[in-house]
Amino acid sequence: MTVGPGIKARFQCRYPGFELAVDLKLPGSGVTALFGHSGCGKTTLLRCMAGLQRAAGTMSVNGDCWQNDTQTRPVHHRPLAYVFQETSLFPHLTVRKNLLYGYRRTPKANRRIQMDQAIQWLGLEHLLDRMPGGLSGGERQRVAIGRAILTSPNLLLMDEPLAALDQASKQEIMPYLESLRDSLSLPIIYVSHSAAEVARLADHIVMMDRGRVVAEGPLQETLARTDQPFGLEEDAGVILNATVREMEPNWHLARAEFEGGHLWIRSRDSLHQGQRIRLQVLARDVSIALKEHSDQSIQNLIPARVDEIATDLSPGTAMVRLVAGNTPFLARLTSRSVECLDLQPERRVWMQVKSVAIVD
Amino acid sequence: MLLLLVGTPIAWWLARSKHWIRQPVAAIVALPLVLPPTVLGFYLLVLLGPNGPIGSAMDSLGLTLLPFTFEGLVIASMIYSLPFTVQPLQNAFQNVHHRYLEAAATLSASPIDQFFSVVVPMARAGFLSAAVLTFAHTVGEFGVVLMIGGNIPGETKVLSVAIYDHVESLEYVQAHWLSAGMIAFSFLVLVTLYSINGRIGAGALK
Repeated sequence: MTVGPGIKARFQCRYPGFELAVDLKLPGSGVTALFGHSGCGKTTLLRCMAGLQRAAGTMSVNGDCWQNDTQTRPVHHRPLAYVFQETSLFPHLTVRKNLLYGYRRTPKANRRIQMDQAIQWLGLEHLLDRMPGGLSGGERQRVAIGRAILTSPNLLLMDEPLAALDQASKQEIMPYLESLRDSLSLPIIYVSHSAAEVARLADHIVMMDRGRVVAEGPLQETLARTDQPFGLEEDAGVILNATVREMEPNWHLARAEFEGGHLWIRSRDSLHQGQRIRLQVLARDVSIALKEHSDQSIQNLIPARVDEIATDLSPGTAMVRLVAGNTPFLARLTSRSVECLDLQPERRVWMQVKSVAIVD
Repeated sequence: MLLLLVGTPIAWWLARSKHWIRQPVAAIVALPLVLPPTVLGFYLLVLLGPNGPIGSAMDSLGLTLLPFTFEGLVIASMIYSLPFTVQPLQNAFQNVHHRYLEAAATLSASPIDQFFSVVVPMARAGFLSAAVLTFAHTVGEFGVVLMIGGNIPGETKVLSVAIYDHVESLEYVQAHWLSAGMIAFSFLVLVTLYSINGRIGAGALK
């Protein structure tokens, strides 16, 4: 059987009161988020991909077939790594031996990630001789991630790795996850019900509900859909990748350039020129003007084109999709404003962005 | 030792299997707990004896008959003490959360590898108590041994039976020697096992 690049996952299984039926084709690199409420089947899907749960279907990763209709490769023969929601470190082994557990079982020729690298990436130097029982939740999860990537997998599956942690530990781990995403050329499938984690980490998103895929696509495009498949309601908005181009220390501002324009953002100490950042612009923070007004308080004025106008949650409001360059934005306006301004698709307008947040 | 070898797979299967046959098998393994030892000894004698199905099969194969031999005695004690091995092991295995096995599987450990690298170390307290209980029970048993061993001096005479003989023939001095010896020996073995267990337990918590 020949299978192309990318990750293909088609599964069907049924339990009392629950049915999983998905047919996905995901990119073979970057972070894909499986997103949805608890009980929507995202963890079940992840377990099926790993082979931890048997389900009829097929699974292939960048041309390597793991499961098809006639044969299923057992979990321990699949080049994958899995990070569980709760701690899964072996309590009878030290951190070092936990890390070595998978590493030793990986054939030498396949070891792309070395102990020193993983220890350094995840900041584990001072933990090596401790027992897992004495670590904090955040430390345990960092060790678990290290242990997982030390098998040099072809696919990293993460089942809500941050869900069991408090806010401070989440903040502590996030930068490690980001740096892994950027330094490992490894596809990651990340299960989460947290919109904030998805916004920060994901490149591609799969929204699930009741065992089915509701919406799927690249993060930016999917978040900018006017039908809002993610049900973010008040928090509807877009994510854009930008680069810091200019610092304005007098005003504590920084200019971030994206494909299609630039935005002034509030500066902070950690920002530096050339840094890649993710910005979030909420639909409720975007308004529209027909002319460029310079006599008003909003700093960010961006020329854009109206792409689509759709009814929003209530009949009184409308969701307007705008495009600046290649980057989509959403604006939530009252239906009356849409009427008064005579907004039509293809019309050129000025977008006024009241606030921009750096995603973290 | 032999019992640990036999009991471990049975206990593992009992702890993990969801098959309907699990319950009947568990009941059979536990039977020696309920039955008087003489019942067990009697049926073993019948089964293994020259007219029993196993006994006649062995006879026709030219093997020595098991009753009243040391081998027969060992087999009988094993069956009799099996529940004392299986129960603590089964409990210990059930306490090893399946997530650890799944984690090991995702780290490329085969099922056998998982068993020895994860289950055995995590269930070592279970192994120790299985060893203690089995040892205690085997040393102290009487009925089965008498039935199948036949109390042949130098061959199938065990301590507990020897003591019984001494008491029967009113040789209290010898009976004292053997009994006190057994108490001291058993105490030593148990103390050793418990202190090993305590040390491992403390080490794991550090």
